Amino acid sequence: MIPELGQVALIGALLIALIMGTLPLIGASSGNQRLMKIGQTGAIAQFLLILTSFVILTWAFIVQDFSVEYVARNSNYQLPMQYRFSAVWGSHEGSLLLWELILCMWTFAVALFSKNLPDDFRARTLAVLGWVSAGFLLFVIFTSNPFGRLIPQAADGLDLNPLLQDPGLIIHPPMLYMGYVGFSVSFAFAVAALLGQQVTRDWVRWSRPWTHVAWAFLTLGIALGSWWAYYELGWGGWWFWDPVENASFMPWIVGTALIHSQAVTEKRGTFRNWTLILAITTFSLCLLGTFLVRSGVLTSVHAFASDPTRGVFILTYLAVVVGGSLLLFAIRAPAMVQGSNFAGVSRETLLLINNLLLVVMAAMVLTGTLYPLLLDALDAGKISVGPPYFGTLFALLLVPIAVLLPLGFYSRWQEDSLGRLLRELLVPGIAALIGGLATAFLLPKAGSWGIAGVAGAFWIMTSCLRYYRQRVSAGRGRRPSRGETGMILAHFGVGLFLIGASLTNAVSSEKHLRMVAGDSFELAGYNFVFEGTRGVRGPNYVADEGEFIVYKAGKRVTSLYPQKRRYANGQVMTEAALDPGLTRDLYVGLGEALNDQGTAWAVRLYHKPFIRFIWIGALLMMAGGFLAATDRRYRRSVTARSENPVADANLAEATA
Amino acid sequence: MIGRLLPVIIFLALGILLAVGLKIADHKTEIPSPLIGKQMPEFTLPVLGQPEVMVAHDELIGTPFLLNVWASWCVTCRVEHPVIEELAKSGLIRVVGLNYRDEEADAQAWLARFGNPYELNIADISGRTAIDFGVYAAPESFLVDPNGTIVFKQIGAVTPEIIKEEIVPRVMEWRRAP
Repeated sequence: MIPELGQVALIGALLIALIMGTLPLIGASSGNQRLMKIGQTGAIAQFLLILTSFVILTWAFIVQDFSVEYVARNSNYQLPMQYRFSAVWGSHEGSLLLWELILCMWTFAVALFSKNLPDDFRARTLAVLGWVSAGFLLFVIFTSNPFGRLIPQAADGLDLNPLLQDPGLIIHPPMLYMGYVGFSVSFAFAVAALLGQQVTRDWVRWSRPWTHVAWAFLTLGIALGSWWAYYELGWGGWWFWDPVENASFMPWIVGTALIHSQAVTEKRGTFRNWTLILAITTFSLCLLGTFLVRSGVLTSVHAFASDPTRGVFILTYLAVVVGGSLLLFAIRAPAMVQGSNFAGVSRETLLLINNLLLVVMAAMVLTGTLYPLLLDALDAGKISVGPPYFGTLFALLLVPIAVLLPLGFYSRWQEDSLGRLLRELLVPGIAALIGGLATAFLLPKAGSWGIAGVAGAFWIMTSCLRYYRQRVSAGRGRRPSRGETGMILAHFGVGLFLIGASLTNAVSSEKHLRMVAGDSFELAGYNFVFEGTRGVRGPNYVADEGEFIVYKAGKRVTSLYPQKRRYANGQVMTEAALDPGLTRDLYVGLGEALNDQGTAWAVRLYHKPFIRFIWIGALLMMAGGFLAATDRRYRRSVTARSENPVADANLAEATA
Repeated sequence: MIGRLLPVIIFLALGILLAVGLKIADHKTEIPSPLIGKQMPEFTLPVLGQPEVMVAHDELIGTPFLLNVWASWCVTCRVEHPVIEELAKSGLIRVVGLNYRDEEADAQAWLARFGNPYELNIADISGRTAIDFGVYAAPESFLVDPNGTIVFKQIGAVTPEIIKEEIVPRVMEWRRAP
């Protein structure tokens, strides 16, 4: 009975979403306050209903109700309690429900924190979110109902995919979805602005904190995914350019461009159409990502439970949402070039270049991801595009981004002189030179990419520190705003990421070898001694566990216990063991037993220098995003005058 | 105006590509196992419960059979078991078991508890032969024709639908052939 209530809640939420998508819009165009207010009430009711249905599904997992097909497919009696929670989103139906829950959370948050927006604008924004939600609920109810019954009830369930039985996977999908779905808010603001022909600077200011928060969550989600792939897949890599990873990376790149473009539109009034297009594109790429993962169009290690009939539905949804909003853009976007003019050397120009580079990067990833599909569609053969394509182009595009990055925040709006910029950047330039030379001497294996990466990182990080110090002294006791601090923090994170990514790729050592108990092998100055294996039993698996003692210069560093696990459903999983450190990770993966007695094993040893910098850098970027979102000026009410009333009046005129 | 329509046009092109991709997604998942149409891999393994009796791949060739890879630790195998039992009882085809990475005692206890539909059970304790068959998890089943060629492979549980749609037509064809 209870699972049916979950389904009723879904249908109720669909009805509310449809009401949210229509009545407030009518209210906004006719000026009817009561109709407009329905948006807020609907957002709250919708959230509570979806929360109810989510709790019911979670409950079915906790009490192991195997009469629910989804529960029977994704858990069994042996599944430990903490994974019964994450099993809720362990497969297709539940992860869609999580998506919808998070969408309702964001909608609820918009209803809650938008008191200072004009009523009609707020009503339109909530209506757009209502439409997004309605389409998604139709998808859930008609193609992916998580509450379907299994008759007769199963005696025991199958199992949660062992790859997903991992603490990292408890938090990775919710964080990723917080980011994905969070961009629906920037999208809804953009579409609402187009609908109401209110493409003003205020619109951008309202939308910015939401974009920052969504972007920060997406950053965290991607970082967690990369960290998970690193320790769970057992191959020592941190990014595989797999279609599903690309699906999350594309909205991140365009979202990054959006953040920068919004800064220009808010401060100077220019790039307005560009900001609109980026807001629409970012969310479209989030939907495209969902489509790619869920439809089975691309083959990927992540594409669990893909199904072409669902693909048809998502594609239709994609066509309506994206096609519709882009058409709206074509019809309604402000026609005239607006905002203040700017010179060739100015912050506007540099941010325009930033946007172009990021968009080219996103296009590069999109092309590489869809190229196999294109060839297959033309019947020109099955191929896969791999790291050589992506890695090379990504690194090449990172060079101009890294070089120009500090110029972006040092430069002044409207007009600046190249000479002044170069003088400012003399110290960072020297730091970059020192960093590069030090790398060349200390790490002879680093090669040109390793040296370039460290030099670039020093260039960026020194600029960040110097710029921040200048702002502090310019403020005469007043600290720089949170927006500015967040920006510096995020860019400093880019520097740390560069160090991690370039050095890990350049100076990692790895060895795949056959080891018998008692064997030892020296890798990058560390001596790995294999002590043999023994059998261990987990809650729902049995495993061979190897013991490796690692010595450096005769002194014991650590012991590592990699496992080869066999889960109840027969799947075999490698559980790598690693010893993390700020400057290096030691990593051991246990492969197959190479003889019948189980004394000889295929072993993979890795030494990964500076790999932690990748995730520390990403965490700083995330922190920067969150910090910037809490800047005081976003909390100003709409009645407060902007600094430049004349320019705003011009803009409003141009928009009308 | 054209400039403003550009995003829509790009999106349309992308949409068409994705729609075509969706149409061909059906057959894409059917990347055939490299073993289909090939002779089954060679092996010599002991019979389960009779370690001194060895059976080799060529002794099985002659009449078609279904090779069912199973293990006592495998939950899905238990779900599948009644279907395999039904198939064996129907006399449609010989059913040979390949006991995969299991303990001898566990496997025997499992058969005693759930029934033994297998004409013969081969013990692949190390899992080496299963690797030759491309097995990475249990259950998997291989349909082998009278010449010892693998003609069909089922990953996961064999269902009544699979028997009806994949196994019965092939067996009928072999029976009709002289």
